[in-house]
Amino acid sequence: MTVVWADKSHNQVLKDIKEMHENEVPLLEMKHISKDFFGNKVLTDINFSLNKGEILGLVGENGAGKSTLMKILFGMDEIHQTGGYGGDIIINGEKVQFSSPIDALAKGIGMVHQEFSLLPDFTATENILLNREPLKYTVFSELFGERLNILDREKMDQIAERAIGRLKVPLDKDMMVSQMPVGHKQFTEIARELSKEATDVVEGIKLLVLDEPTAVLSEQEADSLLKAMRLLSESGISIIFISHRLQEIIDVCNTIMVMRDGQIIKTVPSQGVVIADIARWMVGRDVGSSKREARGFDYENTPVLLSLQNLWVDMPGEVVRDVSLDVHKGEILGIGGMAGQGKLGIPNGAMGLFPAGGKVIFEGKEIALNNPRHFLDAGMAFVSEDRRGVGLLLDESLEWNISFTAMQIQEKYLKRYLGGLLKWRDQAAIEEETESYVKQLEIRCTSTKQKAKELSGGNQQKVCLAKAFAVGPKLLFVSEPTRGIDIGAKSLVLKALRKYNEENGTTIVMISSELEELRAICDRVAIISDGKVFGILPATTDSAEFGLLMIGQKSQVLEGGSV
Amino acid sequence: MTLHMTKTQKLLRIMGNNMVPILFLVICAFGIPLSGYSANFLASEIVIRISRNSFLIVSLLIPILAGMGLNFGMTLGAMAGQIGLILISDWGIVGIPGIILAMIISTPISVLLGWWCGKILNMARGREMVTSYIIGFFMNGIYQLVVLYGMGAVIPVRSNALLLPRGYGIRNTVNLIGIRRALDDLLLIRLFGIPIPLATLLVITVLCLFILWFKKTKLGQDMRAVGQDMEVARAAGIKVEHTRIISIVISTVFAGYGMILYLQNIGTLNTYNSHMQIGMFSVAALLVGGASVSKANIRNVFLGVILFHLMFIISPMAGKNLIGQAQLGEYFRVFVSYGVITISLVLYEVRKKRDQHYVGLQLAADQEALQ
Repeated sequence: MTVVWADKSHNQVLKDIKEMHENEVPLLEMKHISKDFFGNKVLTDINFSLNKGEILGLVGENGAGKSTLMKILFGMDEIHQTGGYGGDIIINGEKVQFSSPIDALAKGIGMVHQEFSLLPDFTATENILLNREPLKYTVFSELFGERLNILDREKMDQIAERAIGRLKVPLDKDMMVSQMPVGHKQFTEIARELSKEATDVVEGIKLLVLDEPTAVLSEQEADSLLKAMRLLSESGISIIFISHRLQEIIDVCNTIMVMRDGQIIKTVPSQGVVIADIARWMVGRDVGSSKREARGFDYENTPVLLSLQNLWVDMPGEVVRDVSLDVHKGEILGIGGMAGQGKLGIPNGAMGLFPAGGKVIFEGKEIALNNPRHFLDAGMAFVSEDRRGVGLLLDESLEWNISFTAMQIQEKYLKRYLGGLLKWRDQAAIEEETESYVKQLEIRCTSTKQKAKELSGGNQQKVCLAKAFAVGPKLLFVSEPTRGIDIGAKSLVLKALRKYNEENGTTIVMISSELEELRAICDRVAIISDGKVFGILPATTDSAEFGLLMIGQKSQVLEGGSV
Repeated sequence: MTLHMTKTQKLLRIMGNNMVPILFLVICAFGIPLSGYSANFLASEIVIRISRNSFLIVSLLIPILAGMGLNFGMTLGAMAGQIGLILISDWGIVGIPGIILAMIISTPISVLLGWWCGKILNMARGREMVTSYIIGFFMNGIYQLVVLYGMGAVIPVRSNALLLPRGYGIRNTVNLIGIRRALDDLLLIRLFGIPIPLATLLVITVLCLFILWFKKTKLGQDMRAVGQDMEVARAAGIKVEHTRIISIVISTVFAGYGMILYLQNIGTLNTYNSHMQIGMFSVAALLVGGASVSKANIRNVFLGVILFHLMFIISPMAGKNLIGQAQLGEYFRVFVSYGVITISLVLYEVRKKRDQHYVGLQLAADQEALQ
C-alpha cells in the first residue's frame, strides 16, 4: 500500500508535541500489569506510557495478549470475573481502577471495537449520539421523568456534524447504517467517540483505542482513516492503534510496541523500522526449533483431488472473496492466516453451511454448493471449528457420536433384514469401532457410553476426529483442531491426523490460526488474506516468510511509506 | 454496485412483502358483491368497528417498537379494564364519569400486571410472544378466581343484578346499560346518513398523536435502540430491561382503556369470555394491515381494522348467499384469525432468510464487478 502524506509539517508537529510534553506527566501509564486466567498466565509485567497526542502502534500475533491488555484498561467485566489484574494504571498521574467501561468512558477513554456496535436502522447521527441525545423539555417529564423529554434533532445534527468534521471524511450524517459501506460504519464509530465532549460529569475524549479498524476497509478507506487519525493526534488526542497491517503502523504511529506471548518484546520509535523487523519480533519463535523432515511430496505425479475455483462464501466475520486452490491426492494442505481474513469460510462454504458461489470440483466432478449432503456423499468430511455447536451431539454417548454420521450417510453399522426393508443398528460393531478409536486416539473417558458433554475440550476434539475417520472420507477438512485444548492434547491430535494421512492415504486440508502447527504437519501451507489466497509455500519455508505473508506483504521489498 | 433487478422481480418483491393485505383485498373484492350489502351499510359498519377496535390495536404498537414482538399479554390489560367496569356497574356510576372512573380503577391493576409480565418476558428473551400468550392463559385463571369467588365474598359487590344467586361471584353476562355508548353518543353526527361517533374518534386520534409524539421522546428512541440490538443498547448505557418493562406496562394500560371503550360500544360484558379472544383478534387485525413481528405503524392499524372487519361483516351474508349457511361467517372469523397469525409468523422467518440470501447475491455481484 502506498501512503503519501503531505508531510514534513506533520512530523514537525509531532516533534513539537513531544517536546512540549517532555516534562509533563504522560497521559497514560501502565505499570507492571499482569493477568492470569485461573493460573494460566496471559500477561506478564507490561510497562509502557503514552503521551498526549501520541499514536502508539500495538502489534502481535493472535493470542499475544493485546485484547486482554485493552480489556484491563477498560475495566471490562470479563477481567473482574476472572480475578482482576496486577499492577497499576495511571492516567494523568492519578492511579485509577475502572470497575466498568462506563467509568473508563467518563475518564475520556474511548474504544472502537473490531465488531461494530452500531444499530442498523438508525442514522449516523442517531448512532453517534446513542443514549447521549440532547433533549428538549416537555411538560410530561415533570410527571414521568427525563425520558419523556423529546430529542433535540437540531442539536443532534450539529454535534454529529462537528464530530464528523473533525475527521474530515465524507460521511453522510443522515444515512442509515445498514446502507453504509463498511468504511463509513467505522467512521461512525470513531465519530461517536469524538462526539463525547466534556461535561461536568464526563471528561472529553483524550485517548482513543482503535482495535483493527482497517481490517475490513478497502485501501482508499483505510487511507482516509489514517489521515483522520493524524488530524486527531494533532488536536491532542492520543491513540492506541492495533493493526495487523504493519505498513500502516509504520506510516502512522510515533511508537511501535510489539507483544508476544503476553510480554512486550520491543518498544521502538517508528522511524527507520522496516516491516521485516516487526514481523520477526512478532513471530519471534526460534525458527530452527520446530524443524521437521520434509516429506518431499511429489506434486507433479499426483492427481488433483479437489479444486476450488473462484470460491466466495458469505460467512459473517470470515468472508471469502475469491479463492482458487488445488489440493493434490494424499497431501496435507495447511490453510493459515489472521483471524477474520476468511480462512474459516473456505471449508464452511465448500460444505454448504453458508451461502457460497464459485466452483468446487472433486475427482473431476462438480459438487453442488449450499448442499451439505452432496458434499458428504462425494466422500468428503468436515470437522468443524465449532465443536459444541456443529460437531457433537453433546447429550449423547461417545458411541453415538462416533457412529452417527457414518450410519446416516453410508449406512454403516446396520444389519439388514427382509431384503433391506428393516434395518437394525449393529450395536456390537459400533462398540467395537468406538473402542478402537478410544485406544487409537487416547480418548480419556470412563466408558464408550459416557456422554460427550462430560469430556474435556481436547477429548471432545478427538471424538470429532474419530467421527470423521469413521466415515472413511477421501478428503478431510479439519478446522482449528487445536483451538482451546492443552498442549499435550494438541500434539496428540496433530499426530493422529498425520498418522491417519500416512496410513490411509487420506487427503487432509487443515485450517488453523497457529502457523507453527501448520508447519509441523503439512506439506504446503496456503495463507489467506482479505478473502483471497495470498501465497502458497512449502511448509519448510522460514517462518518469517510466512509471517510476512500473513500480514499481507508479498516479499521483503517494501513499498511506499515515508515516515 | 447494487444488484440489478428487473421490474417484474421488483413487483414480485413488493407483492411478497405485502402478501397478507393483498390477500384480504382480494377476498373482500369477491365477498362484497356476493354479500349484496349496500355501500352505506358497509361504511357505517366499518366506522363502528374502527371506533370500537382501533384503540386496542394501537396498544400493540409500543412493544413492537421495543423489539418484543406482538404482545399477546394485552389480555392482562383487558382483564383490568373489565374489573373496573364491574366495579363501576356495582357502584351505579353512569355515563362519562363512569367510563373515566373505570379507567382510573384499571390503571394500577394494569401497571402491576404489565410490570410483572415485563419481568417474566425479560427472563424469556427471544420467546416473548409465546410466553406472553401463555401468561394470558395463566392470568385468566387468577381473574376467574377473583371474579368468580372473590367478588361478593372478599371484594364488596352488592348489586343483585351482578351477583350470582348464591351470593358471591359475578354473573356470566353483565349489562353495562349505565355506560352503554356513553362516549359514542356524546358527539354523534351523521354524514351521508352514516352515524359517526366523533368523541370516540377524537380519543383515538389523541392516542395516535401520542404514539407519534412518543417515538420522538428519549424513551421512544431508547425503545427503538433496544428493539434493534439489546447488546449495543446496553453497551451505550441504556437500561435495557427497564425499558422493555416500561413498554409492556404502557401497552397493558392502553389495552385496559381500549377494552373499556370496546365494551361501552358493545354494551354488555361477557364476564368470562370477552377478554379471551380480544388479544388474538387485535393481533390478527394488525397483521392483516401489513405489520410484521418487528415493524408496525399506525397505518397498519387502520388498514387492518378496515380489511379484517370488512371480511367479518360480509362473510355471514356471503356465506348464506353462496351455500345457504350464515354459520360460515363465525367459522371464518376464527379460522382466518389463526390462519393470518400463522402465515405472518412463517412469512417473517422466510423473509429474514430471503434477505440473508440477498446479501449473498449482492456479495457475488460485487465480486463479479471487481473482476
